[in-house]
This record gives sequence, C-alpha cells and structure tokens, in this order.
Amino acid sequence: MVIVKKFKAPVILAILFLLLAFWAPEIANRSAVVSFNYLKEMALVLPPVFILMGLLEVWVPKEKIRQLIGSKSGIKGMFFSFLMGTLPTGPLYMAFPMAGSLLDKGARVSNIVIFLGAWAAIKIPQLIAETEFLGLQFTALRFILTLTAVIIIGLIMERLIKTTDIPSLLEKNE
Amino acid sequence: MTTIVIYALLAVLLALSIIKDRQKTRQAMMVAVKAIWKMAPGLLAIIGVVGLILGILPPETIEQLVGAEAGFTATATAALIGAITLIPALISFPLAASLLRSGATIATIAAFITTLVMVGFVTAPLEIKALGKKFTLLRNGFSLLAALLIALMMGVIL
Repeated sequence: MVIVKKFKAPVILAILFLLLAFWAPEIANRSAVVSFNYLKEMALVLPPVFILMGLLEVWVPKEKIRQLIGSKSGIKGMFFSFLMGTLPTGPLYMAFPMAGSLLDKGARVSNIVIFLGAWAAIKIPQLIAETEFLGLQFTALRFILTLTAVIIIGLIMERLIKTTDIPSLLEKNE
Repeated sequence: MTTIVIYALLAVLLALSIIKDRQKTRQAMMVAVKAIWKMAPGLLAIIGVVGLILGILPPETIEQLVGAEAGFTATATAALIGAITLIPALISFPLAASLLRSGATIATIAAFITTLVMVGFVTAPLEIKALGKKFTLLRNGFSLLAALLIALMMGVIL
C-alpha cells in the first residue's frame, strides 16, 4: 500500500495512457513512443549520475567543497562550477540531486545556479549540434548571452535565498 | 558518445574507490540506490507527462503554432512551449531550423531553445524535492525572463 501511495502519480499517468489508447489511439501511440525513448535514456544515464553523486557524498569532505565552490571561492569557484556542469551527461533534471547534495555540503548558491545553467545549456555535443543546424553566429551569441544571464541569475538568487530554504536530500530520505 | 564518456569516467572513479576503501564504496552505492528510490516516482511521472505533452503537441503542431507568425506573441508562445515541453537537443535543433525556414524569427527560436533547456515546468516537482520551492521558483522564473531578454537581444543583433 505504501508503494502504491509513493507511486501515485505514475499510476495515475498509466491509467491516463490506457484511457487515451481507447479514445485517441493516435495520440496515445505518439506519446508512448516519446515516453519509451525517455525511459531508455533515463535507464542508461541515471545510474551513473547517481553513483557519481554517491561517490561525491562519501569521498569529498565538506571542507573541500566549501573551499572549491563555497562562499569564498570567488572567480575560481565560478569557473569550477561551470566546468562540472559541462560534464557530458543527460538532461537537466538529472542534475538536481547532485546540486542538492553540493548545496548541502556548503557550495555557494550562485555557483549551484551556474552549475545547473551550464548543465542545461552549455554542453559541447549540444553546441556542435546547434552550430550545425542554426549557424555559428547564432550559437556563439546565444552561448555568451546565456552564460552572462546564468551568472547574473546566480548572484541575484544568492541574495534572496537562505540555506534554510534548501531541503536536505539525504536527511529527508529517512 | 556522451554515455560512453560518463560510463568511462564512472568506471575509473569506481575502481579507484574500491581499491582505496571497499566499505566506503558500498556506502556510496547505498546513497545512490536510496536517492534513485526517492526520485523514482517523480522521474516516472516526468516520463509520462512528457510523452503526453509531446503526443498532443507534436513538432508539426508546434510549427503551426509559431511558424509563420512574427512579432512578440509568437516569441512569447515559443518561450512558453519551450518551458512546458522537454525535447532532447538532437530533435530540438532540427525543429528550430525548420521553424526558421517556415518563417519564425530569430528571436522566436532563440526563446524556444533557451527556455527548452533552462526552464522546466514538468520537472519542477523534482527540482523542488532536491532544492526547495523557493530555489525552483526563482530559478525558473528568472530563467524564463532571461530567455525572453536573450531572445529580444538576439533578434536585434542578428
């Protein structure tokens, strides 16, 4: 019963899919193909991302994180957060647990926003594809503007958010 | 390609971890399993919702919605569609290119791509779980705003 409750949303969605299969088989078909592709991607990329997070949790001490991307890390911390974000991985939502864990360990809010921004928008394979389809000029300009925006958003958010606003992933787990 | 890189990276780090301390490696795996279990319902829900949205709103429909029109309405619509959908980069760039060919402005496709990668309505519940309501609201709100600004600036410059 607990499990059914925990998986309430997916169960409801599965029922929706079934209903749709009767009423609008064409939409249901398209939806199923998209969902299946996402499931495949997730099954492939999710385990390594979470194991990396586990290794980070166990091996990297708080002081190290604080020193690298904490409140006194300055430009170096920004650069390091950016680099971590550009690691070749999956879509943005896969970065949330890792970001939560880093914040937990004392990372600066602005650096986490930069990390998430880089993860979302600044990936080398993604930039190559963008250049191919939309041109170098478009890609370069969007890259520069996005990077600037992410840094500004990070600095603004840092002023608005207190550490108590952030839930702790591992403590709330129990 | 990216999957190979991340698995290679993981293999090296995992090997190092096992050599240095088996107990700690076990602990790391436990952290990973627990986190996956915690996120599983949200992740499955995302898969379902994204499928439904793209089933109802396939690329052809998106093209009809923002294709031929110009002006701020089209740009705002594109930003909104980018914010609520979750399309992999490999599909979104060709889609953006075909939008451009069918008459969309530079600003419109810039808005679409930028919100697509930076703003996530569907993934918000997951983000809230990991980073809190305030963080999620602010990050997505500012990103949406930034996407519109970036789009307008790109429209002017290019």
